[in-house]
Amino acid sequence: MDSFTKPLWKVDNSACGIAGFFNLDKKIVSGKKIVKMICTMRERENGLGAGFAVYGLFPKFGDYYCIQLIMEEIEGLPPTKERVEEFLKNHVEIFKEEKVKVNKNVFREYPNVWRFFVYPKDDKVDPDDVIKDVVLKINRKIDGAFCLSSGKNMAVFKGSGWSYEIAKFYRIEEIKGYMWSAHSRFPTNTPGWWGGAHPFSILGHAIVHNGEITSYGTNVEYLKELGYTCDLYTDTEVLAYLFDFFVRKSGYPKNISQQIACVALSPPYWRDIDRMSPKLRKWFTAIRITHRRGMANGPFSIIITTDYPKLAMIGHSDRKKLRPLIAAISESGSTFYLASELNAIHEVDDTMNYWQPDPGSAVIATEEGIVKYGQSRDLEELERLLK
Amino acid sequence: MMDRKLPKYKVEIDYDKCIKCGRCATNCTFGAIVYDREQNKPIVKDTSNCVACQRCVTFCPVGAISITPYPVVYPAHGTWTPYHIRAIDEQARTGRVLLAGTGCDRPYPCVFDYLVWDACQVTNPAIDALREPVETRTFLGRKKRTIKIKEIAEGCYDIEDLPPGVMLSTPLLIEHMSLGALSYNAITAMLMAVTEVGTLMGTGEGGLHPNHYKFKKNIIAEVASGRFGVSPDYLNVAAIEIKIGQGAKPGHGGQLPGEKVNKLISETRGIPIGTDALSPNPQHDIYSIEDLKTLIDALHEATEYRIPVGVKIAAVNNVAPIASGIVRAGADFITIDGFRGGTGAAPRVIRDNAGIPIEHAVASVDQHLTEEGIRHKITIVAGGTLRSSSDLIKIIALGADVGMIGTAALIAMGCRVCQQCPTGKCAWGIATTDPVLSQRLDVNWAAQRVANLLRAWTHDLEEVLGTMGIDAVESFVGNRDRLRYIGPNPHEAQILGVKHAGERIRLGGH
Repeated sequence: MDSFTKPLWKVDNSACGIAGFFNLDKKIVSGKKIVKMICTMRERENGLGAGFAVYGLFPKFGDYYCIQLIMEEIEGLPPTKERVEEFLKNHVEIFKEEKVKVNKNVFREYPNVWRFFVYPKDDKVDPDDVIKDVVLKINRKIDGAFCLSSGKNMAVFKGSGWSYEIAKFYRIEEIKGYMWSAHSRFPTNTPGWWGGAHPFSILGHAIVHNGEITSYGTNVEYLKELGYTCDLYTDTEVLAYLFDFFVRKSGYPKNISQQIACVALSPPYWRDIDRMSPKLRKWFTAIRITHRRGMANGPFSIIITTDYPKLAMIGHSDRKKLRPLIAAISESGSTFYLASELNAIHEVDDTMNYWQPDPGSAVIATEEGIVKYGQSRDLEELERLLK
Repeated sequence: MMDRKLPKYKVEIDYDKCIKCGRCATNCTFGAIVYDREQNKPIVKDTSNCVACQRCVTFCPVGAISITPYPVVYPAHGTWTPYHIRAIDEQARTGRVLLAGTGCDRPYPCVFDYLVWDACQVTNPAIDALREPVETRTFLGRKKRTIKIKEIAEGCYDIEDLPPGVMLSTPLLIEHMSLGALSYNAITAMLMAVTEVGTLMGTGEGGLHPNHYKFKKNIIAEVASGRFGVSPDYLNVAAIEIKIGQGAKPGHGGQLPGEKVNKLISETRGIPIGTDALSPNPQHDIYSIEDLKTLIDALHEATEYRIPVGVKIAAVNNVAPIASGIVRAGADFITIDGFRGGTGAAPRVIRDNAGIPIEHAVASVDQHLTEEGIRHKITIVAGGTLRSSSDLIKIIALGADVGMIGTAALIAMGCRVCQQCPTGKCAWGIATTDPVLSQRLDVNWAAQRVANLLRAWTHDLEEVLGTMGIDAVESFVGNRDRLRYIGPNPHEAQILGVKHAGERIRLGGH
């Protein structure tokens, strides 16, 4: 049997489908809608991986980090759950733990899915940093365990299979939340490796990614300097860590850090920066020069869902937009959608208004509404905000 | 009789073709061919003087001249090769250190030749550089970890200025070569070329001729151990570089024989005509990293923090920790010169044996600075000897921000790599200070050739980045993931941080 928690081959080339929606009024809805969206784009997957991220599913335990894991037993070692628990107890207080209910009739073999609600013991250290290190250590050091997600009031459900199988396995339609993202995968390899599916998540960020990062080698070196080690053999990992650094560790003002992160990940061409007003040129030049090795090159479209510094759903693409991404807002203005293909959005809401975000330009929706459309009108707004 | 040098090359004039115009004799500066007034034709006076500079062959209008290896075999011996026999012969004759020009001419393996790069297939579209943007703009100078942002009113932000930097249109510059080592025309031509292309050239330690101040926006002024020509005006350029070492002669100072010091050189360097300009081996105010910091600070102060100050070192065993010290001492960029790098004059024993290849040096500096968390602060410039655009591309992937060329630019102007630079007799008007010989180099023609070379390599870089699905060169700096090793020594691949071709560890997208 292949391992669920460790990659079999360290090769992962592919094309995929991504989708997400965000109820800006934080209305809780069941996973039925996201399953419909992702399963519609069946040409974009080949049955080798799918996953879902959901925000708002643990309203009662919102103050605790939810460490959600898949586990399998390793011959010659004590039960994996015991080893995980022992490790966790050294760093965090476990407030509550539970087995995640799964549908046993989907896969012949599947890992054990478990979640712990925890909080760091040491109050002198940034709790986010403690959890980040705990997650990275579990994934690297504990054989047979892989951490799916570690944020507050959010969780990731993913595995190897068709999107409808993963949805059925994790009983996604019974889960409720206000922000959802999903991924269906078309890799050229890596069957069996559940951890390699998307969303890729660290703390409150979850990323679904369609594309291939050609700057991976450069980004990994940059992240090494910033205190992130990449060895999960998925290029999506670098996007998650870069985003985490820009919004959480760079010290940038909270109400523009998500925007700066998006510019750094996929900055405008120099020829466009040269044509900007002196004020904007100064900002964009500074971001491009300072974070030059944090730029993600190669074809990608991504959906970032995050709760830091504030709840947001971000759609972003490479500067040539070599992967599709479409944005939409429901007629009432209360639900924001992102998807690889328009049909995924039509499937659940045919009254919405949709638009194509420009290449390399992020679209950002927060509880206050759409703060960035991924179109040239964003620059006027920025001009106002920046000195 | 025993002191007679055995010729290396045999020059022959085919008198059936020769029209006796004498161009060959006029052009030969080494005394191999002269014009015989009595016979009224050019003759080969002493074939042992021939250095195979090809000047006569190029200028003969009827193709009557041929140069071949001198047809004599050295007795077969694996140890006592002609290289050693000739060197012993020379030193036994003179009792001196042998001087040599250009770079190391020993056939060491070249690590560049053991590396190949990646390309996009299927999962990732290659970018067509002729139709879509592929960016090569690069900034030379120090960078910060994050941008300092101030909130000036509620919800309204301003940023602090970036540290001083120089914008280059391409990650390729011309390294330091001095007026004195090279002719006035050669320097002028290269300065015109870098100005046209939008990149930089180093002054070497020869100071800056008054006529060259107009190129100051494209000049890196070198402050070397001899301090020749260093003045306030000299420092008012695009960037300053403190020279600690040179790849061709690590641990050794610059040398300009008195024969090359004429009025022009004397004025520019601020030394008397005819004196040897021998720079001390160390900078005598820099015996330690603390001293280096003092000089960096002094130059920053002197230039009011307007321009970047860099440090140039030769690639030596301990290059990585030294580079780390230089970053911490406050340098804005580091220039690393590999052991095959060129020179106008260096002791041959040093040129041929000292230092390490630039490929190893850059990979180890890049990895070391990354591990120390300071790589983002600094611009790494690397060269000696980049022979082609492929070497440039590989050195960037190994971790250099910018590549630099010297010899390649000279070859673009006509240099045939005959290695006679220290003699001052350069028949091509490049490595000479003789005003008559210098005029052989047409400045505009040479400038165009060098500019063409810089542009051609830049286009090559754009094409290659495109095929790798990368549209900005900064995403390729230190991207060792896209290189593969095909050489004989797996340990070398490990040192370079490059995987072996065929290893199944590549990951990708979705």
